[in-house]
Amino acid sequence: MSDTAVLLPDQGQTRKTGRWLYAASVTLLCAWVIVPLYFLLINTLSAPETVNSFPKSFVPEFDLGSLTFFAGFQGMLTALKNSIVVAFLTMVMSILIGAPAGYALSRFEFRGKEAFRLLILLTRAFPLPLLALPLAVMFIRTGLDDTAFGLALVHTTLAIPFAVLITFSLFSGIPVELEEAAWTLGCTRLTAFTKVVLPLILPGITASAIFAFVISWNEVFAAAVLTIENRTLTAFLLQTLGEAPLHLKFAGGFILVVPALIFIFAVRKYLFAMWGIANR
Amino acid sequence: MNARLLPYVLILPVTLFLCLFFLYPFVLVAAQAFGGADGLSLDNFRDVVSYWKFPISLKNTMLLAALVVPVQLALALLMATMVNRMKKGRDLVLYIWTIPLGISDLAAGIIWLAIFEQSGFLNSMMTGLGLADGPVNFLSYQNPGMVFLAIALAEIWRATAIMLVILVAGIGLIPKEYYEAAEVFGASPWQRFLRVTLPMLRPSLQTALILRVVLAFEVFAVVAALGGTVMPVLMGEIYAYQFDLQNGGAAAAMALIVLGISIVFTVIILRVLRVPKGATI
Repeated sequence: MSDTAVLLPDQGQTRKTGRWLYAASVTLLCAWVIVPLYFLLINTLSAPETVNSFPKSFVPEFDLGSLTFFAGFQGMLTALKNSIVVAFLTMVMSILIGAPAGYALSRFEFRGKEAFRLLILLTRAFPLPLLALPLAVMFIRTGLDDTAFGLALVHTTLAIPFAVLITFSLFSGIPVELEEAAWTLGCTRLTAFTKVVLPLILPGITASAIFAFVISWNEVFAAAVLTIENRTLTAFLLQTLGEAPLHLKFAGGFILVVPALIFIFAVRKYLFAMWGIANR
Repeated sequence: MNARLLPYVLILPVTLFLCLFFLYPFVLVAAQAFGGADGLSLDNFRDVVSYWKFPISLKNTMLLAALVVPVQLALALLMATMVNRMKKGRDLVLYIWTIPLGISDLAAGIIWLAIFEQSGFLNSMMTGLGLADGPVNFLSYQNPGMVFLAIALAEIWRATAIMLVILVAGIGLIPKEYYEAAEVFGASPWQRFLRVTLPMLRPSLQTALILRVVLAFEVFAVVAALGGTVMPVLMGEIYAYQFDLQNGGAAAAMALIVLGISIVFTVIILRVLRVPKGATI
């Protein structure tokens, strides 16, 4: 059936239509992603009165009223600060705990390796935020309830499988011969690691740290279950969804989105490499 | 240090951490769910399942997953194949298409609220074009279908990117020679997609589907932002049990039900898309 299409006299015409269709669909799919974000931007950069009025204008008026209202809202800035603290703790813990395991997976053959890999992969197939329920009880007993550290522990559980898999793929990308050469030149295992391997994978480690940060920054359910006084931004917004005015919701949503844009831009190089390796 | 011991020392922190914060909580949640006034009981499950909201929230969650996941799979496959043959602007297009990957479900719900709320952009557009006389309240009890559609759109918008990333990475692993060979034997683009891309993509499809399906059962914040109480879903009910009703046992029982559903679907996907041994690239 393809042969007939190729043999048609107006082959060039079909080609042209095909290419036009292709470009149109790519543009359309880009618009599908960007236009809703643009609408959020319009609402964020409009005065509160405009946000609640009808009909809407399709260009922003560049009024900082909504954002000022957001910053002045009782408890909002504290929630923003809590979010940053929890995400930062998650980032540090998941890299410190996850990276050694990634190195072990890439460099050694050992008994129990498959079982360990299974444990890591298993965590991805579970609805992890549900763990917040039993942990809420455990944290009250240990005094970790309603603290940034307690929530960061749960978020680290979410981020660790990714940290292990990403670092695994990063270390696998560095030939073991480089390390061996360093050993023959008088390095110990540790100094070979810090002097040769670490500088090479530092950008990748940064990328996976950012990844952990965003996982925590975006998480809603566990944050809402585990914090009461020290709400994170997502938990705080969720709690106020019922009664909050529209302009507060949109400004809050906008603040949530900004780090995401930067994050995807910063890690775009690693995004695909890591998933490719993780599936082998 | 002893080279035979070193790997175990390196994986020890993760193993301990996951035992303490992943495996142990599952034991706890099961104990909480099966715990009754005196020893083991199914009371919590009986209470939860017989509550009038349970069948509705189960149905809503399932319907949403059944609509959203296939659309996302098709969309992600389309986008991945389009990107694959792109020469100019590939990086820019990929950046734009993966933006939602970093956006939280709560933010996605709020973004689509800007479109669907009564004074929102959809109403503004429809009135401007003369399709409606005045603003319609889409997200209310009178329009349950519209609420469902808004939530589904927000979910499709937000979470297609994760599948796209996995599939683009997977397509990148397929050797070009396979396509060249198929072309030599006269396979059309569609045939190459069906006979080369899809079968070779099986491991990635598996990962992408498991991740997406499990996440689809966890839908929560998007619904909270768009549907409020109009459309109850399982995770929302768990939250309500834990917070509004202060019933930890019931919340734990619901959690085990969601967990059970997730495991069943994971196993089904693993079986259906089984990768034959030795057939990986």
